[in-house]
Amino acid sequence: MNKADFFEGVRNGTPVFLSAAPFGALFGAIAVANGQTIAEAVLMSMTIFAGASQLVGIELFGQNIAPWVIVLSIFAVNFRHILYSAAMTPFVRHFSPAEKFFAFFVLTDPQFAETLRRGESGRKVSFAWYIGFALVIYIPWQVMTALGGVFGQLIGDPKVIGIDVLLPIYFMALVLGFRKRPNFLSVVAVSGAVSVIAYHTVGSPWHVSIGALAGMALAAVLPVKRGPASRDAAREG
Amino acid sequence: MGAFFHADMIAIILAGAVATFLTRIGGYWLVMRMKTIPPRLEAALNAVPAAVLTTLVAPAFFTGGPDVQVAMAAALIASLRFSVLPMLAIGWCAVMLMRYALGV
Repeated sequence: MNKADFFEGVRNGTPVFLSAAPFGALFGAIAVANGQTIAEAVLMSMTIFAGASQLVGIELFGQNIAPWVIVLSIFAVNFRHILYSAAMTPFVRHFSPAEKFFAFFVLTDPQFAETLRRGESGRKVSFAWYIGFALVIYIPWQVMTALGGVFGQLIGDPKVIGIDVLLPIYFMALVLGFRKRPNFLSVVAVSGAVSVIAYHTVGSPWHVSIGALAGMALAAVLPVKRGPASRDAAREG
Repeated sequence: MGAFFHADMIAIILAGAVATFLTRIGGYWLVMRMKTIPPRLEAALNAVPAAVLTTLVAPAFFTGGPDVQVAMAAALIASLRFSVLPMLAIGWCAVMLMRYALGV
């Protein structure tokens, strides 16, 4: 393990940690407000480690939804990682199988963006650099989840202090983070309209899958344009 | 287990973790096998995040009360200039204002 590379990774990852930390706390607070224990919230942060999907899971836990639908929704929100790991392949092929396991386990939006940038600029993506970058995000993510959970436990009803609106607004911000993608507006319009109709006719939670499939189908049939595919990493922990 | 963990919650979390790991390793697995992704499949995959996340936002807006709608509208306007954290702060201020100052 190259020490200099490791600490360069830590330095590179520090701004990400600073911007992701509030979301870790937000997740912990909302998780506890929605009925998870602090231990469960931390377990979720440790094993899933993907902020948006963790918040989606929390949102669905609160609605008495079938477990497989929750797992499928987490899968759907994290689906973009398939594109990330595909695009990253040339730069991490030299990792050993064990290194690949850890590397993909901690793959996040900023990790992908920085790895690609480093690799495409001709610099070697060493495992030491990669894992230094990852750990300075991963470890604080757990600490902030726990702190947020303690805070959430003190509050009780999320409506009283207005944190119930944070989740939809956060998702809205994530949606807007993808606005440079091809067909963004049409996909959002169709998914939004179909999900609202499905919500009132078929019912929750099916509106999520039905709306998402409608948007994806539209993107598949529209003329294929070249766009900044999957490079516009959304902010996430 | 007791007050710290509930068995069903643990099962869902771990299943979610496995599902997440599959997405993280899936692209590598695919590329090692098929070299390229068909353009229309790639277009559909590219639309996944916006499509999925929109389905969480739109119903929340249309089924929310005026307090939630005003907060979300305020955050959307804020998004023209600001990043995520200020959007959350502005939306939060709006909902608290509606609930406690205007009593909506």
